[in-house]
Amino acid sequence: MVLALETIGLDKHFGGIVAANGIALKVEKGARHALIGPNGAGKTTLINLLTGLLQPTSGRILLGGRDITAVRPHRRVKLGLARTFQINQLFSDLTPFETVGLAVCERQGLGRNAWGVFGSRPELVAEVGQLLDRFGLGEVGDQRTGSLPYGKQRLLEIALAIASRPSVLLLDEPAAGVPEDERHAILAIVAALPTDVTVLLIEHDMDLVFKFATRISVLVNGALFVEGTPAQIARDVRVREVYLGETAHA
Amino acid sequence: MSLPPARPDPGPARASRARWHPLEVLFWLAALACYFVLPSKHLILTEIAILALFALSLDLILGYAGIVSLGHAAFFGFGAYVAGLLAKHQLASEPLAALLLAGLAALLLGFLTSFLVLRGSDLTRIMVTLGVALVLREIANRYAWLTGGADGLQGVSIEPLLGLFRFDMFGRTAHAYTLAVLFVLFLLARRIAHSPFGLSLQAIKGNQLRATAVGIAVNARLISIYSIAAFYAGVAGALLTQTTAFASLDVFSFERSADLLLVLIIGGTGYLYGGLIGALIFKLMQDYLSALTPQYWPFWIGLVLVVIVLVGRDRFSHWTRPLHRLADRLDWRAGQARRATVSERH
Repeated sequence: MVLALETIGLDKHFGGIVAANGIALKVEKGARHALIGPNGAGKTTLINLLTGLLQPTSGRILLGGRDITAVRPHRRVKLGLARTFQINQLFSDLTPFETVGLAVCERQGLGRNAWGVFGSRPELVAEVGQLLDRFGLGEVGDQRTGSLPYGKQRLLEIALAIASRPSVLLLDEPAAGVPEDERHAILAIVAALPTDVTVLLIEHDMDLVFKFATRISVLVNGALFVEGTPAQIARDVRVREVYLGETAHA
Repeated sequence: MSLPPARPDPGPARASRARWHPLEVLFWLAALACYFVLPSKHLILTEIAILALFALSLDLILGYAGIVSLGHAAFFGFGAYVAGLLAKHQLASEPLAALLLAGLAALLLGFLTSFLVLRGSDLTRIMVTLGVALVLREIANRYAWLTGGADGLQGVSIEPLLGLFRFDMFGRTAHAYTLAVLFVLFLLARRIAHSPFGLSLQAIKGNQLRATAVGIAVNARLISIYSIAAFYAGVAGALLTQTTAFASLDVFSFERSADLLLVLIIGGTGYLYGGLIGALIFKLMQDYLSALTPQYWPFWIGLVLVVIVLVGRDRFSHWTRPLHRLADRLDWRAGQARRATVSERH
């Protein structure tokens, strides 16, 4: 079993609060791995630890076997770890073309180029055009991102992460807040992600999780509670109690 | 094979934004024409060009990277004194070389102080930049043996430009010189603004969290543009010294930094011309109003500012839209672009 992403005894304390408690997560290469857990279980903390926005109190993070615990956030992206955000984090004054083109330039190490004209290279234009078309954004590629409907922005959120050509992609609730009639577009995109990309999906939507994931980890109170195939998780009585039971109340 | 859907390709559209718009050409032709048509106005036009360059500098960090500064005069003043000292002690007597050195000195200062503005909110940045300018002013005041202190730097004599053109009392050389420097540095700024680097700055301004998640080294980019902007401000300051053969503590003053923000508020940020247009309007207004009411002209400037903010920039740009549409219709590039797409199809 080849691991794309692994955490070893990952701890994060905020003062007296333990937000991550000895998390040992193993994500196989090419996996469709879902991470679920009730509100406040530490999912967001874990994502922030993985992407480097937070430094762990102790423990290590390995990306493709390489220790990235001390690597700065933007370098982790270059090493192949990309993410999307639960709440859209886009550049509202730029167009989708510029947004995605920017990520492509950064991937190619051209982001520091202060002399070339952005958008003048045919390869870049072609790649960005293809990517936008794939995400159904071709028609709106030249409009201001801030003026796009929410569903389109949600798609751009994912397209932007894909533009970095990650080996591991962290999807933070990709369908959050998307109206019912636009959800299928998001689901189709998520399902059609290339198989060589390892996906770690953080999601509340059980429908999406069970449709998509081949492996599920349940996080409770900052610690890994249980891990298994969707069938095992669905059968697990303890999970029903702590997680599914809770959502039934909510 | 089916035809591709008939929609404009966003790529070329974006790249064409880097091409010259007719209004831009008109703007620079007008600036050049002023040199020949208004020979009695060389002095104020020189002042306008210097302020425009200074404002362009602030626009690079404020309009593109989102760094607010209330102490940009620090670099202006530093460049002004360096140019003055270079001329006074004849370390670099050729003005253009001295200009470059003064700019580089300011760039170094910008680089060193850039680390102070990396972190923190707008308010922190305002305070830190303000502080840096005040500190420099006091240093210049304290070391009077070098700077002349409160009396200003006396005995500066500027050699002929390139050894050929003397700075005459009508300001002809000074005007041509500053306009040329402004134009060249504007071209450079324009190039930077339309580059991947320039776009990444806009991304940082828009959303720093996402910029990092895209793989942008945010701090390194901010340090770069802050240093470049300091170079621009230093050159502007050096131009002031060279065209007036004098430098005083006033170059570091808080009012100079604050006026600069007014210039950008008048002209708008993030499209490079804001600083130039703002400088033009600000100086003309100041000139006209101070002739009208020598004591109370700041009142009118303040009033204009309040009106601008209340009416809102969007409405102003709405009013000028017919002008833009007319310019677009006169645009020779539209035809070119059409021809280009046609030839691609075949």
